[in-house]
Amino acid sequence: MSEPLSPVLDERFRTAAAAEGLLDVAYDVLPDTPIGALLVGVTDHGLCRISFDPDPERELEELAQLFGSRVLRSSRPLDRVRLELDEYFAGRRRRFEVEPDVRTLPAYNRRVLAELARVEYGHTTTYGTLAAQSGNPRAARAVGTVMHRNPVPIVLPCHRVVGANGKLTGYAGGLDRKEQLLRLEGAIL
Amino acid sequence: MATPVPPFETFYEAHRAEVFRLLGRRLGRQQAEDAFQETFLRALRAYPRLEHGEHLRAWVLTIASRIVLDDVRKRRPHDELPDLPVEDGLPAYEELAPLTEGLSPNQRAAVVLRYGYDLGYDEIGDALGSTGAAARQAASAGVRRMRSHAGAGPESFAPRFRSTEDGGPAPDDTKEQR
Repeated sequence: MSEPLSPVLDERFRTAAAAEGLLDVAYDVLPDTPIGALLVGVTDHGLCRISFDPDPERELEELAQLFGSRVLRSSRPLDRVRLELDEYFAGRRRRFEVEPDVRTLPAYNRRVLAELARVEYGHTTTYGTLAAQSGNPRAARAVGTVMHRNPVPIVLPCHRVVGANGKLTGYAGGLDRKEQLLRLEGAIL
Repeated sequence: MATPVPPFETFYEAHRAEVFRLLGRRLGRQQAEDAFQETFLRALRAYPRLEHGEHLRAWVLTIASRIVLDDVRKRRPHDELPDLPVEDGLPAYEELAPLTEGLSPNQRAAVVLRYGYDLGYDEIGDALGSTGAAARQAASAGVRRMRSHAGAGPESFAPRFRSTEDGGPAPDDTKEQR
């Protein structure tokens, strides 16, 4: 007798929840970017999460811990980021306009990420250089850790950071993806 | 330690189908759709004040029931309340609320879900994070206690909140929780 909940009604609620400003984090999964599925999250302050190979259950717990329990999948608030990422992957965007939301990070991480944000499309830098720019030339290893915990890879371009010898070294999303992004940008052949 | 409040997405996915069924039974299709959205928007507004993740199913069914009641009131403003949603001769949730005043939260939840929502004991056990047998026991203890008391104020069942603004439930609901 009673009909099941329709996808239209489900989406309508998700859209209304975001439109009324009731969400701590709105997220969505972009299922097929050139580097695989990405989970993308935004807060009122900006882009708070890009995850490779997302395991939604764990991600949601983590986002709820950091930003508040009202975490809901809602695609509308992600429109802008989705568009910018599409353009980036199509080679039509060299700079992101969405603001990263790095409020929850320690001050040192924020400082390093602010330096990272200045590394331009198609260029690379080294962990040591970034360490020096962030105030301590000997902190290359610490910079590596900050890169590894970058909450918004791609947009904050930790793929542009390589070892002193030019080796790609490491990437939270795997070296293949790092190489793919650098190749897309023409930083390597 | 109490169950932590889950991310809203998890809560919503767990309960949306049942809430929609409940609303569909009580209201027409169109009203059920509006009430569905309103139920979860209200839940979302109250969500940051939840202190733990227990009894969330009972909580959201309570919100949905209040919305049904508001909706029926709006459409039939001159009717008296008691002949509102009564199914199969069972008393509706709202009629039970004032009667369950003196009960412990578990007894109150069990009574309301059994006689207000007509849920089976196993379902109630699930909702309360216990067993069907425990739910049956809580409901019958609750009914016995209701028989020995007269009805009190219109306070209703819901999980514990940090504050009582927005008409949240009584703060000393906490003392009998395990």
